[in-house]
Amino acid sequence: MKIRKMRSAALAISAAGVALSLAACGSAGPAGSNVSGDSATMWGLTGGNQPVMQKSVDSWNQTNPEKSIKLDFFANDAYKTKVRTAVGAGEGPTFIYGWGGGVLKSYVDSGQVADLSDFVKENPKVKDRYLPSVLKNGEVDGKTYALPNNNVQPVVLYYNKEVFEKVGAQPPKTWDELMALVPKFKDAGIAPFSLGGQSKWPDLMWLEYLVERIGGPEVFANIAANKPGAWSDPAVTEALTKIQELVDAGGFINGFSSIAADSNADQALMYTGKAAMILQGGWIYQGMKKDAPDFVKSGKLGFTTFPAVEGGKGDPANVVGNPSNFWSISAKATDAQKKAALDYVKDGMFTDADTKALIDSGAVPVINGIEDKLAASPDKDFLTFVYGMAKKAPNFTLSWDQALSPAQGDAMLSNLDQIFLKKITPEQFVSTMNATTGK
Amino acid sequence: MTSLTSAPRRVRDAGPSGWLAAPALIFFLAFAVVPLIGVVFLSFTSWNGLGEIKLEGLSSWTTVLTDPVTGNALVVTAKIMFFSFIVQAPVSLLLGVFTAGGQKYRAALAVLYFLPLLLSSAAVAIAFKALLDPNFGLGPGFKLPILTQDWLGNSDLVLFVVVFVIAWQFVPFHTLIYQGGVRQIPTSLYEAAEIDGAGRFRQFWNITLPQLKYTIITSSTLMVVGSLAYFDLIFVLTGGGPGYSTRLLPLHMYLTGFKANDMGAASALGVILIVIGLGLALLLQRLGGKNRNASQLEGA
Repeated sequence: MKIRKMRSAALAISAAGVALSLAACGSAGPAGSNVSGDSATMWGLTGGNQPVMQKSVDSWNQTNPEKSIKLDFFANDAYKTKVRTAVGAGEGPTFIYGWGGGVLKSYVDSGQVADLSDFVKENPKVKDRYLPSVLKNGEVDGKTYALPNNNVQPVVLYYNKEVFEKVGAQPPKTWDELMALVPKFKDAGIAPFSLGGQSKWPDLMWLEYLVERIGGPEVFANIAANKPGAWSDPAVTEALTKIQELVDAGGFINGFSSIAADSNADQALMYTGKAAMILQGGWIYQGMKKDAPDFVKSGKLGFTTFPAVEGGKGDPANVVGNPSNFWSISAKATDAQKKAALDYVKDGMFTDADTKALIDSGAVPVINGIEDKLAASPDKDFLTFVYGMAKKAPNFTLSWDQALSPAQGDAMLSNLDQIFLKKITPEQFVSTMNATTGK
Repeated sequence: MTSLTSAPRRVRDAGPSGWLAAPALIFFLAFAVVPLIGVVFLSFTSWNGLGEIKLEGLSSWTTVLTDPVTGNALVVTAKIMFFSFIVQAPVSLLLGVFTAGGQKYRAALAVLYFLPLLLSSAAVAIAFKALLDPNFGLGPGFKLPILTQDWLGNSDLVLFVVVFVIAWQFVPFHTLIYQGGVRQIPTSLYEAAEIDGAGRFRQFWNITLPQLKYTIITSSTLMVVGSLAYFDLIFVLTGGGPGYSTRLLPLHMYLTGFKANDMGAASALGVILIVIGLGLALLLQRLGGKNRNASQLEGA
């Protein structure tokens, strides 16, 4: 008996030791040279825009040491989990990086982010610098809670020109043309489409565009507004059926459901010629520019809009994707942190140097009047294409997983994965998703 | 052992005071009991991780218990538990017996076997993910059609791939336990058996295996209860997919809590996990018989 007690005591002590050492790790590490304990904190994402953001904050800290910002970076998927947990625990950063939509709304509903409406009113120059359609995505119930912080990111259909020439094909303008291309590429031993199916969200871009082209923007607007039975719109079923037809035809690369998009393996399949096309966000251009500079520079990278669907109601100029990423300011931050944050938003963000750095990295900043700068860039073809796409679009639908509440978004991605794997039918998808309305 | 000089002292009564356990008890309460009560409480609430915690009665429980994904997660968990046990147990037993020998080359092999355990699960998962990639992995690299399968994307295959990777990582640990167990067996037993003319197989069957009874129970408990905690490896390797084919209970709990932000349902899943884990641990301990926790060494 005694022995057993001692044993559990030892176990408990070691467990506590582990817990304590973990707690010790949780506290902030050594601060940077001009970063004080009460500095505003900022969490960004690793990847394409990381160097631009780092440079912008560094130069801000140099000229404004009394309003310094401490910047950390996290990988996309890990960040989404971490930031929510941290904000819920009152440990969130001053600058909360986000996408707008249902996730932003859940922050607003729980009073975690500051209302920026007055700030925007008092600083017309902040408001004027943004494309209005993009700025709208940071609003909840007519109040501004988030301001765009980087580049416009519509979803684009990329293709490998070299491979297209080899089989003598043209990029598809309609869904029928797209389906007709599938056997052509398969016969040549090339996968028609690359897809990072393990990450699930790349699957979503297919559904978003197909529903948009078939039924127009109202279909998803109803879903996002939580109208009962909104998923039952025939456009959703038709889009899901088309996806399964494309899977059946062998449209996606072998093993797509084990390819993760976070490692950029899906883009690599396209630029190495193993796959002919990929439907991905405007944000992957920066990655390809870095990972496959020769491919991009020599003009082998083609890009176009998602094909029209015959008989569809949606305007083929409509786009889906991310209008931009956003900064929200934590409502829990101290006054000094909030002031530093707002001053940075006003004077430190989208400076000429920032804008130039973004353009140089292969991205289109979400601000007005940069046509000349884009035209002067070595990436002008892609950049003006993306800028025009976003500017001319009658409707720009935010990525659904961000627009919906987190619970609905998660259920949708899991069920869509099942659609691509042909484990469920479109009808099953619709009824499962209808049951999540309002959650 | 009896003392030669005086009568045996009554050691038992002079044991350490129960108060010595107090600090441990406090830590145990703070880090195990209180969170446990918290989880049970949260399972009767709804909370999205940000806003208010609202008491909801049994609604999280009905959500969890009627959700087919939960049932599927239980089946996946049971499958992974079963297959990883029947793969790992015999392999690590045999390897443990083999490496318990005194030869130099066995010591060197034991070190090699042990290496996978030194790697973090995330590193193992990332490495295997790269090796098994259907387009850039081992198979296409060496142009071996047999290895060019959609290992992680095929819902029928992926579970066994996961079991294999788990075994690759954890067999070394159990081998080590068995090696230690075999080395504890008195050599006199084998010498006696040899004199009686028992062969290698006979010795293994009639001496090694029965003597390892408690080691087997310890190792099996760790394997079975441990498989309730496989998370990091599978999270990185497959993310629970494709579909729900490798979404086992702990992963389902995590995704419910931190992806779907339904802390109430995730807590209910946590309670289910605790109950299953406790039940299995108790069951395995039962199988060990009455003296399961007593030392097997003479005199200790």
